[in-house]
Amino acid sequence: MSFLANLDQVFVLLQHWIAGFFPLWLQPVVATILGVIAIVATFPGIFAVTTVLERKGLGRMQNRLGPNRVGPLGILQPVADGIKSLTKEDIVPLSADAVVHFLAPVLLVIAVFLGFAVLPVGRNMVLVNFDAGLLFFFAIGASTELSIFMAGWSSRNKYSLLGAMRAVAQMISYEVPLLLSSVVVVMITGSLSTVKIVEAQSGFTGWFPHWYVFTPWGFAGFALFVVAALAETNRSPFDLPEGESELVAGYFTEYSGFKFALFFLGEYLGMLSIAGFAITLFLGGWGAPFSFLGFVPSWGWFFLKLLAAIAFFIWLRGTLPRLRQDQLMNFAWKFMLPMALLNLLVAGAWRFLGDGWGRWVICSIVLLTAYALLGRVLMRKQGLGARSYRYAE
Amino acid sequence: MIAGVGVVFLLISVLTVAGALAAALLRNLVHCALSLTVTFAGLALLYLQLDAQFAGFAQILVYIGAVAILVAFAILLTRGAGAPEYRNFSSSWFAGLSIAAAVFALLAWAVTKSLPVRVPAETAPAVTVQSIGAALMSSYVLPLEIVAVLLTVALIGAVIVAMPEAKATKPLPEKAGGK
Repeated sequence: MSFLANLDQVFVLLQHWIAGFFPLWLQPVVATILGVIAIVATFPGIFAVTTVLERKGLGRMQNRLGPNRVGPLGILQPVADGIKSLTKEDIVPLSADAVVHFLAPVLLVIAVFLGFAVLPVGRNMVLVNFDAGLLFFFAIGASTELSIFMAGWSSRNKYSLLGAMRAVAQMISYEVPLLLSSVVVVMITGSLSTVKIVEAQSGFTGWFPHWYVFTPWGFAGFALFVVAALAETNRSPFDLPEGESELVAGYFTEYSGFKFALFFLGEYLGMLSIAGFAITLFLGGWGAPFSFLGFVPSWGWFFLKLLAAIAFFIWLRGTLPRLRQDQLMNFAWKFMLPMALLNLLVAGAWRFLGDGWGRWVICSIVLLTAYALLGRVLMRKQGLGARSYRYAE
Repeated sequence: MIAGVGVVFLLISVLTVAGALAAALLRNLVHCALSLTVTFAGLALLYLQLDAQFAGFAQILVYIGAVAILVAFAILLTRGAGAPEYRNFSSSWFAGLSIAAAVFALLAWAVTKSLPVRVPAETAPAVTVQSIGAALMSSYVLPLEIVAVLLTVALIGAVIVAMPEAKATKPLPEKAGGK
Protein backbone atom coordinates (compact mmCIF):
# COMPACT_ATOMS: atom_id res chain seq x y z
CA MET A 1 0.00 0.00 0.00
CA SER A 2 2.84 2.31 0.83
CA PHE A 3 4.36 1.61 -2.59
CA LEU A 4 1.08 2.53 -4.28
CA ALA A 5 0.81 5.69 -2.21
CA ASN A 6 4.35 6.57 -3.27
CA LEU A 7 3.56 5.83 -6.90
CA ASP A 8 0.56 8.15 -6.65
CA GLN A 9 2.79 10.93 -5.36
CA VAL A 10 5.92 10.04 -7.37
CA PHE A 11 6.11 13.35 -9.22
CA VAL A 12 5.47 15.39 -6.08
CA LEU A 13 8.21 13.45 -4.25
CA LEU A 14 10.55 13.96 -7.21
CA GLN A 15 9.88 17.69 -7.10
CA HIS A 16 10.63 17.83 -3.35
CA TRP A 17 13.76 15.72 -3.79
CA ILE A 18 15.22 17.97 -6.50
CA ALA A 19 14.24 21.13 -4.60
CA GLY A 20 15.99 19.68 -1.53
CA PHE A 21 19.39 20.23 -3.20
CA PHE A 22 18.91 23.99 -3.09
CA PRO A 23 19.16 26.38 -0.10
CA LEU A 24 15.95 26.89 1.85
CA TRP A 25 15.12 30.37 0.55
CA LEU A 26 15.48 29.20 -3.04
CA GLN A 27 13.33 26.07 -2.64
CA PRO A 28 9.87 27.57 -3.42
CA VAL A 29 11.26 29.15 -6.59
CA VAL A 30 12.92 25.90 -7.70
CA ALA A 31 9.76 23.91 -6.96
CA THR A 32 7.70 26.32 -9.08
CA ILE A 33 10.19 26.22 -11.94
CA LEU A 34 10.12 22.41 -11.85
CA GLY A 35 6.33 22.49 -12.01
CA VAL A 36 6.45 24.85 -14.99
CA ILE A 37 9.00 22.61 -16.74
CA ALA A 38 6.75 19.60 -16.16
CA ILE A 39 3.77 21.40 -17.73
CA VAL A 40 5.80 22.76 -20.65
CA ALA A 41 7.23 19.30 -21.35
CA THR A 42 4.15 17.11 -20.78
CA PHE A 43 1.41 18.84 -22.69
CA PRO A 44 3.33 19.47 -25.93
CA GLY A 45 4.31 15.80 -25.67
CA ILE A 46 0.63 14.86 -25.55
CA PHE A 47 0.10 17.30 -28.44
CA ALA A 48 2.64 15.36 -30.52
CA VAL A 49 0.89 12.08 -29.73
CA THR A 50 -2.47 13.67 -30.47
CA THR A 51 -1.46 14.81 -33.95
CA VAL A 52 -0.42 11.33 -35.01
CA LEU A 53 -3.49 9.76 -33.35
CA GLU A 54 -5.74 12.27 -35.07
CA ARG A 55 -4.23 11.73 -38.49
CA LYS A 56 -4.35 7.95 -38.18
CA GLY A 57 -7.81 7.97 -36.61
CA LEU A 58 -9.23 10.28 -39.27
CA GLY A 59 -7.54 8.18 -41.88
CA ARG A 60 -9.31 5.07 -40.61
CA MET A 61 -12.66 6.87 -40.56
CA GLN A 62 -12.11 8.07 -44.14
CA ASN A 63 -11.06 4.61 -45.32
CA ARG A 64 -7.38 5.38 -45.90
CA LEU A 65 -4.21 4.56 -44.01
CA GLY A 66 -2.96 7.87 -42.67
CA PRO A 67 0.75 8.53 -42.04
CA ASN A 68 2.69 5.24 -42.13
CA ARG A 69 6.16 6.06 -43.49
CA VAL A 70 8.13 7.71 -40.66
CA GLY A 71 9.12 5.14 -38.06
CA PRO A 72 7.13 2.03 -37.20
CA LEU A 73 3.44 2.58 -38.13
CA GLY A 74 4.15 6.28 -38.67
CA ILE A 75 4.64 6.97 -34.97
CA LEU A 76 7.59 9.32 -35.56
CA GLN A 77 5.55 11.55 -37.88
CA PRO A 78 5.33 14.44 -35.33
CA VAL A 79 9.15 14.51 -35.06
CA ALA A 80 9.43 14.83 -38.83
CA ASP A 81 6.74 17.50 -38.86
CA GLY A 82 8.53 19.43 -36.12
CA ILE A 83 11.88 19.37 -37.95
CA LYS A 84 10.15 20.34 -41.18
CA SER A 85 8.44 23.36 -39.62
CA LEU A 86 11.69 24.44 -37.95
CA THR A 87 13.66 24.40 -41.18
CA LYS A 88 11.01 26.00 -43.39
CA GLU A 89 11.39 29.57 -44.52
CA ASP A 90 9.46 32.05 -42.42
CA ILE A 91 7.56 34.22 -44.88
CA VAL A 92 6.07 37.52 -43.74
CA PRO A 93 3.94 39.26 -46.38
CA LEU A 94 5.35 42.57 -47.59
CA SER A 95 2.30 44.58 -46.58
CA ALA A 96 1.83 42.80 -43.26
CA ASP A 97 2.23 44.56 -39.95
CA ALA A 98 5.46 42.80 -38.97
CA VAL A 99 5.42 43.41 -35.20
CA VAL A 100 1.79 42.40 -34.63
CA HIS A 101 2.23 39.53 -37.10
CA PHE A 102 5.10 38.22 -34.97
CA LEU A 103 3.44 38.80 -31.59
CA ALA A 104 0.14 37.05 -32.37
CA PRO A 105 1.29 33.38 -32.29
CA VAL A 106 3.61 34.05 -29.33
CA LEU A 107 0.82 35.60 -27.27
CA LEU A 108 -1.54 32.76 -28.19
CA VAL A 109 0.87 30.08 -26.97
CA ILE A 110 1.70 32.01 -23.77
CA ALA A 111 -1.97 32.50 -22.91
CA VAL A 112 -2.79 28.85 -23.58
CA PHE A 113 0.11 27.63 -21.44
CA LEU A 114 -1.01 29.89 -18.57
CA GLY A 115 -4.33 28.05 -18.47
CA PHE A 116 -2.60 24.84 -17.38
CA ALA A 117 -1.36 26.52 -14.19
CA VAL A 118 -4.63 25.91 -12.33
CA LEU A 119 -5.37 22.47 -13.81
CA PRO A 120 -5.10 19.72 -11.17
CA VAL A 121 -3.57 16.74 -13.00
CA GLY A 122 -3.31 14.53 -9.90
CA ARG A 123 -3.55 14.49 -6.12
CA ASN A 124 -1.45 17.47 -4.87
CA MET A 125 -0.42 18.09 -8.48
CA VAL A 126 -1.47 21.61 -9.37
CA LEU A 127 0.96 24.45 -10.03
CA VAL A 128 -1.00 27.17 -8.19
CA ASN A 129 -4.16 26.62 -6.18
CA PHE A 130 -5.86 29.97 -6.71
CA ASP A 131 -8.90 30.86 -4.67
CA ALA A 132 -10.42 31.93 -8.00
CA GLY A 133 -8.77 29.28 -10.20
CA LEU A 134 -11.71 28.75 -12.51
CA LEU A 135 -12.07 32.49 -13.09
CA PHE A 136 -8.37 32.62 -13.95
CA PHE A 137 -8.81 29.94 -16.59
CA PHE A 138 -11.74 31.73 -18.22
CA ALA A 139 -9.96 35.09 -18.09
CA ILE A 140 -6.91 33.60 -19.82
CA GLY A 141 -9.11 31.80 -22.34
CA ALA A 142 -10.84 35.06 -23.21
CA SER A 143 -7.54 36.75 -23.98
CA THR A 144 -6.70 34.25 -26.74
CA GLU A 145 -9.38 35.93 -28.85
CA LEU A 146 -7.24 39.02 -29.03
CA SER A 147 -4.24 37.17 -30.44
CA ILE A 148 -6.46 35.60 -33.10
CA PHE A 149 -7.71 39.04 -34.03
CA MET A 150 -4.11 40.29 -34.15
CA ALA A 151 -3.12 37.44 -36.46
CA GLY A 152 -6.01 38.05 -38.83
CA TRP A 153 -5.68 41.81 -38.94
CA SER A 154 -1.89 42.04 -39.24
CA SER A 155 -1.73 39.65 -42.21
CA ARG A 156 -3.44 42.19 -44.52
CA ASN A 157 -5.23 39.38 -46.29
CA LYS A 158 -8.98 39.25 -46.75
CA TYR A 159 -9.17 35.55 -45.94
CA SER A 160 -7.20 36.09 -42.75
CA LEU A 161 -9.38 39.00 -41.65
CA LEU A 162 -12.61 37.15 -42.47
CA GLY A 163 -11.37 34.10 -40.59
CA ALA A 164 -10.40 36.20 -37.58
CA MET A 165 -13.77 37.97 -37.56
CA ARG A 166 -15.56 34.63 -37.73
CA ALA A 167 -13.37 33.18 -34.99
CA VAL A 168 -13.84 36.14 -32.65
CA ALA A 169 -17.60 36.27 -33.19
CA GLN A 170 -17.86 32.54 -32.60
CA MET A 171 -15.66 32.55 -29.50
CA ILE A 172 -17.51 35.47 -27.91
CA SER A 173 -20.88 33.85 -28.60
CA TYR A 174 -19.91 30.48 -27.17
CA GLU A 175 -18.05 31.90 -24.20
CA VAL A 176 -21.40 32.82 -22.63
CA PRO A 177 -22.78 29.24 -22.50
CA LEU A 178 -19.30 27.94 -21.61
CA LEU A 179 -19.14 30.14 -18.52
CA LEU A 180 -22.79 29.64 -17.58
CA SER A 181 -22.61 25.86 -17.90
CA SER A 182 -19.64 25.73 -15.51
CA VAL A 183 -21.32 28.08 -13.00
CA VAL A 184 -23.57 25.21 -11.83
CA VAL A 185 -20.49 23.35 -10.59
CA VAL A 186 -19.37 26.44 -8.66
CA MET A 187 -22.88 26.80 -7.20
CA ILE A 188 -22.95 23.24 -5.88
CA THR A 189 -19.30 23.12 -4.74
CA GLY A 190 -19.32 26.58 -3.22
CA SER A 191 -15.82 27.34 -4.46
CA LEU A 192 -14.00 28.55 -7.58
CA SER A 193 -10.87 26.61 -6.65
CA THR A 194 -10.24 23.75 -9.08
CA VAL A 195 -8.71 21.63 -6.31
CA LYS A 196 -11.82 21.96 -4.14
CA ILE A 197 -14.07 21.14 -7.10
CA VAL A 198 -12.21 17.86 -7.65
CA GLU A 199 -12.24 17.04 -3.93
CA ALA A 200 -16.00 17.62 -3.78
CA GLN A 201 -16.44 14.83 -6.38
CA SER A 202 -14.07 12.32 -4.77
CA GLY A 203 -16.62 10.32 -2.70
CA PHE A 204 -18.20 7.00 -3.67
CA THR A 205 -21.67 5.48 -3.22
CA GLY A 206 -21.10 1.74 -3.36
CA TRP A 207 -18.86 1.35 -6.42
CA PHE A 208 -19.96 4.51 -8.13
CA PRO A 209 -18.27 7.90 -7.84
CA HIS A 210 -19.92 11.23 -6.99
CA TRP A 211 -19.00 12.83 -10.30
CA TYR A 212 -21.15 15.81 -11.21
CA VAL A 213 -21.88 14.35 -14.64
CA PHE A 214 -24.05 11.69 -12.96
CA THR A 215 -26.65 14.26 -11.85
CA PRO A 216 -29.32 15.81 -14.10
CA TRP A 217 -27.89 19.34 -13.91
CA GLY A 218 -24.35 17.96 -14.18
CA PHE A 219 -25.13 15.98 -17.31
CA ALA A 220 -26.82 18.96 -18.96
CA GLY A 221 -23.96 21.21 -17.89
CA PHE A 222 -21.40 18.73 -19.21
CA ALA A 223 -23.12 18.44 -22.59
CA LEU A 224 -23.37 22.23 -22.92
CA PHE A 225 -19.76 22.65 -21.78
CA VAL A 226 -18.45 20.14 -24.33
CA VAL A 227 -20.35 21.74 -27.22
CA ALA A 228 -19.19 25.22 -26.20
CA ALA A 229 -15.64 23.91 -25.76
CA LEU A 230 -15.67 22.51 -29.30
CA ALA A 231 -16.72 25.94 -30.57
CA GLU A 232 -14.15 27.75 -28.42
CA THR A 233 -11.32 25.65 -29.83
CA ASN A 234 -12.60 25.98 -33.42
CA ARG A 235 -12.89 22.22 -33.74
CA SER A 236 -15.17 20.52 -36.21
CA PRO A 237 -18.17 20.91 -36.54
CA PHE A 238 -17.48 24.51 -35.49
CA ASP A 239 -14.40 24.99 -37.71
CA LEU A 240 -15.86 27.80 -39.81
CA PRO A 241 -12.97 30.19 -39.00
CA GLU A 242 -10.61 27.76 -40.73
CA GLY A 243 -12.95 26.30 -43.33
CA GLU A 244 -10.49 25.17 -46.00
CA SER A 245 -13.07 25.27 -48.77
CA GLU A 246 -14.00 28.88 -47.99
CA LEU A 247 -11.09 30.69 -46.34
CA VAL A 248 -7.87 28.81 -47.26
CA ALA A 249 -6.85 28.46 -43.58
CA GLY A 250 -8.62 31.37 -41.89
CA TYR A 251 -6.65 33.68 -39.64
CA PHE A 252 -3.33 31.87 -40.06
CA THR A 253 -3.35 31.78 -43.86
CA GLU A 254 -0.30 34.04 -44.04
CA TYR A 255 1.76 32.14 -41.48
CA SER A 256 4.45 29.69 -42.43
CA GLY A 257 7.24 27.71 -40.87
CA PHE A 258 7.54 27.77 -37.13
CA LYS A 259 4.91 30.46 -36.57
CA PHE A 260 2.38 28.21 -38.25
CA ALA A 261 3.54 25.40 -35.96
CA LEU A 262 2.98 27.71 -32.98
CA PHE A 263 -0.62 28.32 -34.06
CA PHE A 264 -1.07 24.59 -34.49
CA LEU A 265 0.42 24.00 -31.03
CA GLY A 266 -1.72 26.73 -29.46
CA GLU A 267 -4.87 25.30 -30.95
CA TYR A 268 -4.22 21.77 -29.74
CA LEU A 269 -3.02 22.92 -26.31
CA GLY A 270 -6.23 24.94 -26.04
CA MET A 271 -8.16 21.77 -26.80
CA LEU A 272 -6.18 19.83 -24.18
CA SER A 273 -6.67 22.45 -21.49
CA ILE A 274 -10.39 22.86 -22.10
CA ALA A 275 -10.82 19.07 -22.12
CA GLY A 276 -8.84 18.98 -18.88
CA PHE A 277 -11.24 21.49 -17.36
CA ALA A 278 -14.26 19.52 -18.56
CA ILE A 279 -12.73 16.52 -16.75
CA THR A 280 -12.03 18.61 -13.64
CA LEU A 281 -15.49 20.16 -13.52
CA PHE A 282 -17.72 17.23 -14.39
CA LEU A 283 -15.75 13.97 -14.63
CA GLY A 284 -14.18 13.90 -11.19
CA GLY A 285 -10.73 15.23 -12.18
CA TRP A 286 -8.10 12.72 -11.11
CA GLY A 287 -10.62 10.49 -9.27
CA ALA A 288 -11.03 6.80 -10.13
CA PRO A 289 -14.25 5.80 -11.95
CA PHE A 290 -14.95 2.88 -9.55
CA SER A 291 -14.10 2.62 -5.88
CA PHE A 292 -12.11 -0.61 -6.33
CA LEU A 293 -9.84 1.02 -8.93
CA GLY A 294 -8.41 3.50 -6.43
CA PHE A 295 -4.99 1.82 -6.52
CA VAL A 296 -4.17 3.29 -9.95
CA PRO A 297 -2.25 6.59 -9.49
CA SER A 298 -4.39 9.73 -9.65
CA TRP A 299 -2.35 11.26 -12.51
CA GLY A 300 -2.88 8.04 -14.45
CA TRP A 301 -6.64 8.53 -14.29
CA PHE A 302 -6.39 12.15 -15.33
CA PHE A 303 -4.33 11.45 -18.42
CA LEU A 304 -6.44 8.41 -19.34
CA LYS A 305 -9.54 10.62 -19.20
CA LEU A 306 -7.73 13.26 -21.24
CA LEU A 307 -6.84 10.73 -23.95
CA ALA A 308 -10.45 9.49 -23.99
CA ALA A 309 -11.64 13.09 -24.41
CA ILE A 310 -9.21 13.60 -27.30
CA ALA A 311 -10.42 10.39 -28.93
CA PHE A 312 -13.98 11.71 -28.60
CA PHE A 313 -12.98 15.00 -30.26
CA ILE A 314 -11.28 13.17 -33.13
CA TRP A 315 -14.34 10.93 -33.54
CA LEU A 316 -16.58 14.01 -33.76
CA ARG A 317 -14.28 15.59 -36.32
CA GLY A 318 -14.48 12.51 -38.47
CA THR A 319 -18.27 12.32 -38.16
CA LEU A 320 -19.92 15.73 -38.29
CA PRO A 321 -20.15 18.15 -41.22
CA ARG A 322 -19.39 21.84 -40.76
CA LEU A 323 -22.15 24.20 -39.61
CA ARG A 324 -23.25 27.29 -41.50
CA GLN A 325 -22.70 30.72 -39.91
CA ASP A 326 -26.41 31.36 -39.21
CA GLN A 327 -26.85 27.87 -37.75
CA LEU A 328 -23.85 28.49 -35.53
CA MET A 329 -25.23 31.75 -34.12
CA ASN A 330 -28.81 30.47 -33.82
CA PHE A 331 -27.58 27.45 -31.91
CA ALA A 332 -25.55 29.56 -29.48
CA TRP A 333 -28.14 32.20 -28.68
CA LYS A 334 -31.42 30.32 -29.09
CA PHE A 335 -30.54 26.89 -27.72
CA MET A 336 -27.34 26.90 -25.67
CA LEU A 337 -28.03 30.13 -23.76
CA PRO A 338 -31.61 29.32 -22.64
CA MET A 339 -30.58 25.79 -21.70
CA ALA A 340 -27.61 27.06 -19.68
CA LEU A 341 -29.79 29.61 -17.85
CA LEU A 342 -32.43 26.97 -17.12
CA ASN A 343 -29.69 24.67 -15.86
CA LEU A 344 -28.71 27.32 -13.31
CA LEU A 345 -32.27 27.27 -11.94
CA VAL A 346 -32.30 23.48 -11.91
CA ALA A 347 -29.00 23.37 -9.99
CA GLY A 348 -30.45 25.79 -7.42
CA ALA A 349 -33.56 23.63 -7.08
CA TRP A 350 -31.39 20.53 -6.70
CA ARG A 351 -29.50 22.20 -3.88
CA PHE A 352 -32.65 23.07 -1.92
CA LEU A 353 -34.91 20.08 -2.67
CA GLY A 354 -33.03 17.92 -0.18
CA ASP A 355 -31.94 14.31 -0.54
CA GLY A 356 -34.10 11.58 -1.99
CA TRP A 357 -35.51 10.59 -5.38
CA GLY A 358 -37.85 13.57 -5.72
CA ARG A 359 -35.19 15.97 -6.90
CA TRP A 360 -33.88 13.49 -9.47
CA VAL A 361 -37.32 13.17 -11.04
CA ILE A 362 -38.15 16.90 -10.96
CA CYS A 363 -34.79 18.09 -12.30
CA SER A 364 -34.65 15.45 -15.04
CA ILE A 365 -38.19 16.17 -16.21
CA VAL A 366 -37.60 19.95 -16.34
CA LEU A 367 -34.38 19.58 -18.34
CA LEU A 368 -35.72 16.94 -20.73
CA THR A 369 -38.91 18.93 -21.40
CA ALA A 370 -36.94 22.09 -22.09
CA TYR A 371 -34.57 20.19 -24.36
CA ALA A 372 -37.40 18.63 -26.35
CA LEU A 373 -39.43 21.84 -26.63
CA LEU A 374 -36.48 24.07 -27.55
CA GLY A 375 -35.25 21.54 -30.07
CA ARG A 376 -38.68 21.22 -31.71
CA VAL A 377 -39.25 24.97 -31.95
CA LEU A 378 -35.79 25.55 -33.38
CA MET A 379 -36.11 22.73 -35.89
CA ARG A 380 -39.47 24.07 -37.07
CA LYS A 381 -37.89 27.50 -37.67
CA GLN A 382 -35.12 25.85 -39.67
CA GLY A 383 -37.70 24.49 -42.09
CA LEU A 384 -35.98 21.14 -42.41
CA GLY A 385 -37.91 18.37 -44.07
CA ALA A 386 -37.05 14.73 -44.45
CA ARG A 387 -33.44 14.05 -45.28
CA SER A 388 -32.79 13.91 -49.00
CA TYR A 389 -29.81 12.46 -50.82
CA ARG A 390 -28.39 13.45 -54.15
CA TYR A 391 -26.05 11.12 -55.98
CA ALA A 392 -23.66 11.88 -58.79
CA GLU A 393 -24.89 10.41 -62.03
CA MET B 1 7.90 49.47 1.53
CA ILE B 2 9.92 46.31 0.92
CA ALA B 3 12.41 46.68 -1.93
CA GLY B 4 11.16 43.64 -3.89
CA VAL B 5 7.57 44.85 -3.89
CA GLY B 6 8.79 48.25 -5.03
CA VAL B 7 10.63 46.79 -8.02
CA VAL B 8 7.63 44.75 -9.13
CA PHE B 9 5.36 47.75 -8.70
CA LEU B 10 7.76 49.91 -10.74
CA LEU B 11 7.96 47.38 -13.56
CA ILE B 12 4.18 47.04 -13.75
CA SER B 13 3.60 50.77 -13.63
CA VAL B 14 6.18 51.42 -16.35
CA LEU B 15 4.37 48.83 -18.51
CA THR B 16 0.99 50.41 -17.78
CA VAL B 17 2.09 53.97 -18.43
CA ALA B 18 4.00 52.97 -21.57
CA GLY B 19 0.90 51.24 -22.89
CA ALA B 20 -1.23 54.30 -22.16
CA LEU B 21 1.28 56.64 -23.83
CA ALA B 22 1.49 54.41 -26.88
CA ALA B 23 -2.29 54.31 -27.06
CA ALA B 24 -2.35 58.10 -27.20
CA LEU B 25 0.65 58.66 -29.47
CA LEU B 26 0.67 55.87 -32.05
CA ARG B 27 -0.73 56.74 -35.48
CA ASN B 28 -2.41 53.49 -36.45
CA LEU B 29 -5.75 53.13 -34.65
CA VAL B 30 -5.51 49.35 -34.30
CA HIS B 31 -2.04 49.73 -32.78
CA CYS B 32 -3.56 52.21 -30.31
CA ALA B 33 -6.24 49.68 -29.37
CA LEU B 34 -3.62 46.98 -28.85
CA SER B 35 -1.49 49.29 -26.69
CA LEU B 36 -4.58 50.09 -24.66
CA THR B 37 -4.85 46.35 -24.03
CA VAL B 38 -1.33 46.41 -22.60
CA THR B 39 -2.55 49.09 -20.18
CA PHE B 40 -5.51 46.93 -19.21
CA ALA B 41 -3.17 44.00 -18.57
CA GLY B 42 -0.90 46.22 -16.49
CA LEU B 43 -3.85 47.32 -14.37
CA ALA B 44 -4.87 43.69 -13.87
CA LEU B 45 -1.32 42.90 -12.73
CA LEU B 46 -1.48 45.80 -10.28
CA TYR B 47 -4.69 44.40 -8.80
CA LEU B 48 -3.09 40.97 -8.52
CA GLN B 49 -0.04 42.47 -6.85
CA LEU B 50 -2.42 43.97 -4.27
CA ASP B 51 -3.83 40.46 -3.64
CA ALA B 52 -7.17 41.38 -5.21
CA GLN B 53 -7.54 38.16 -7.21
CA PHE B 54 -11.15 38.65 -8.17
CA ALA B 55 -10.68 42.22 -9.38
CA GLY B 56 -7.56 41.23 -11.33
CA PHE B 57 -9.12 38.26 -13.11
CA ALA B 58 -12.35 40.16 -13.73
CA GLN B 59 -10.26 42.96 -15.26
CA ILE B 60 -8.62 40.48 -17.65
CA LEU B 61 -11.93 38.76 -18.47
CA VAL B 62 -13.90 41.95 -19.08
CA TYR B 63 -11.33 44.38 -20.46
CA ILE B 64 -8.93 42.18 -22.43
CA GLY B 65 -11.50 39.54 -23.35
CA ALA B 66 -14.39 41.84 -24.22
CA VAL B 67 -13.69 45.57 -24.25
CA ALA B 68 -10.48 45.33 -26.29
CA ILE B 69 -12.26 43.14 -28.84
CA LEU B 70 -15.16 45.59 -28.90
CA VAL B 71 -12.78 48.49 -29.55
CA ALA B 72 -11.06 46.56 -32.33
CA PHE B 73 -14.39 45.67 -33.93
CA ALA B 74 -15.59 49.24 -33.68
CA ILE B 75 -12.47 50.49 -35.43
CA LEU B 76 -12.67 47.89 -38.19
CA LEU B 77 -16.39 48.39 -38.77
CA THR B 78 -16.26 52.18 -38.90
CA ARG B 79 -12.94 53.28 -40.36
CA GLY B 80 -11.52 50.18 -41.95
CA ALA B 81 -8.08 48.80 -41.38
CA GLY B 82 -6.51 50.99 -44.02
CA ALA B 83 -3.75 53.53 -43.83
CA PRO B 84 -3.83 55.97 -40.92
CA GLU B 85 -4.74 59.53 -41.81
CA TYR B 86 -4.63 61.24 -38.45
CA ARG B 87 -2.19 63.76 -37.09
CA ASN B 88 -0.90 63.27 -33.58
CA PHE B 89 -1.98 66.71 -32.47
CA SER B 90 -5.46 67.92 -33.17
CA SER B 91 -6.08 71.61 -33.71
CA SER B 92 -7.60 71.97 -30.26
CA TRP B 93 -4.64 70.51 -28.42
CA PHE B 94 -4.32 73.45 -26.07
CA ALA B 95 -7.92 73.19 -24.85
CA GLY B 96 -7.53 69.42 -24.45
CA LEU B 97 -4.34 69.85 -22.49
CA SER B 98 -5.85 72.41 -20.11
CA ILE B 99 -8.97 70.30 -19.51
CA ALA B 100 -6.83 67.22 -18.84
CA ALA B 101 -4.62 69.19 -16.45
CA ALA B 102 -7.67 70.54 -14.62
CA VAL B 103 -9.17 67.05 -14.25
CA PHE B 104 -5.85 65.69 -13.03
CA ALA B 105 -5.47 68.51 -10.51
CA LEU B 106 -8.99 67.93 -9.20
CA LEU B 107 -8.44 64.18 -8.87
CA ALA B 108 -5.06 64.63 -7.21
CA TRP B 109 -6.55 67.12 -4.77
CA ALA B 110 -9.43 64.79 -3.93
CA VAL B 111 -7.12 61.81 -3.46
CA THR B 112 -4.65 63.64 -1.24
CA LYS B 113 -7.47 65.16 0.83
CA SER B 114 -9.36 61.92 1.30
CA LEU B 115 -6.37 59.80 2.33
CA PRO B 116 -6.06 59.28 6.06
CA VAL B 117 -2.82 60.84 7.28
CA ARG B 118 -1.28 57.58 8.30
CA VAL B 119 -2.58 54.23 7.14
CA PRO B 120 -1.54 51.47 9.52
CA ALA B 121 0.50 48.96 7.55
CA GLU B 122 -1.39 45.79 8.50
CA THR B 123 -5.01 46.70 7.99
CA ALA B 124 -5.31 45.10 4.55
CA PRO B 125 -8.47 42.97 4.83
CA ALA B 126 -8.35 39.45 3.44
CA VAL B 127 -11.04 39.64 0.77
CA THR B 128 -11.78 36.24 -0.70
CA VAL B 129 -13.90 35.59 -3.75
CA GLN B 130 -16.43 33.97 -1.44
CA SER B 131 -16.84 37.13 0.65
CA ILE B 132 -17.30 39.23 -2.50
CA GLY B 133 -20.00 36.83 -3.67
CA ALA B 134 -21.70 36.87 -0.27
CA ALA B 135 -21.66 40.68 -0.19
CA LEU B 136 -23.09 40.91 -3.74
CA MET B 137 -25.89 38.51 -2.87
CA SER B 138 -26.83 40.07 0.48
CA SER B 139 -26.09 43.75 1.15
CA TYR B 140 -25.55 44.81 -2.48
CA VAL B 141 -28.25 42.70 -4.09
CA LEU B 142 -30.34 45.71 -5.18
CA PRO B 143 -27.49 47.44 -7.10
CA LEU B 144 -26.63 44.08 -8.63
CA GLU B 145 -30.20 43.60 -9.84
CA ILE B 146 -30.37 47.15 -11.20
CA VAL B 147 -27.15 46.60 -13.15
CA ALA B 148 -28.50 43.29 -14.43
CA VAL B 149 -31.72 44.91 -15.68
CA LEU B 150 -29.73 47.74 -17.26
CA LEU B 151 -27.46 45.31 -19.10
CA THR B 152 -30.42 43.26 -20.30
CA VAL B 153 -32.13 46.41 -21.57
CA ALA B 154 -28.93 47.41 -23.37
CA LEU B 155 -28.66 43.95 -24.92
CA ILE B 156 -32.25 43.97 -26.18
CA GLY B 157 -31.84 47.53 -27.40
CA ALA B 158 -28.74 46.57 -29.37
CA VAL B 159 -30.61 43.68 -30.98
CA ILE B 160 -33.52 45.96 -31.92
CA VAL B 161 -31.16 48.54 -33.41
CA ALA B 162 -29.37 45.85 -35.41
CA MET B 163 -32.57 44.12 -36.59
CA PRO B 164 -33.33 44.67 -40.27
CA GLU B 165 -36.27 47.06 -40.66
CA ALA B 166 -37.35 45.49 -43.93
CA LYS B 167 -39.43 42.90 -42.09
CA ALA B 168 -42.62 44.99 -42.03
CA THR B 169 -42.46 46.03 -45.66
CA LYS B 170 -41.00 42.87 -47.13
CA PRO B 171 -44.08 40.65 -47.64
CA LEU B 172 -45.84 43.12 -50.00
CA PRO B 173 -43.34 43.17 -52.90
CA GLU B 174 -42.92 39.41 -52.57
CA LYS B 175 -46.63 38.85 -53.06
CA ALA B 176 -46.63 41.22 -55.98
CA GLY B 177 -43.78 39.28 -57.52
CA GLY B 178 -45.98 36.22 -57.68
CA LYS B 179 -43.80 34.00 -55.51
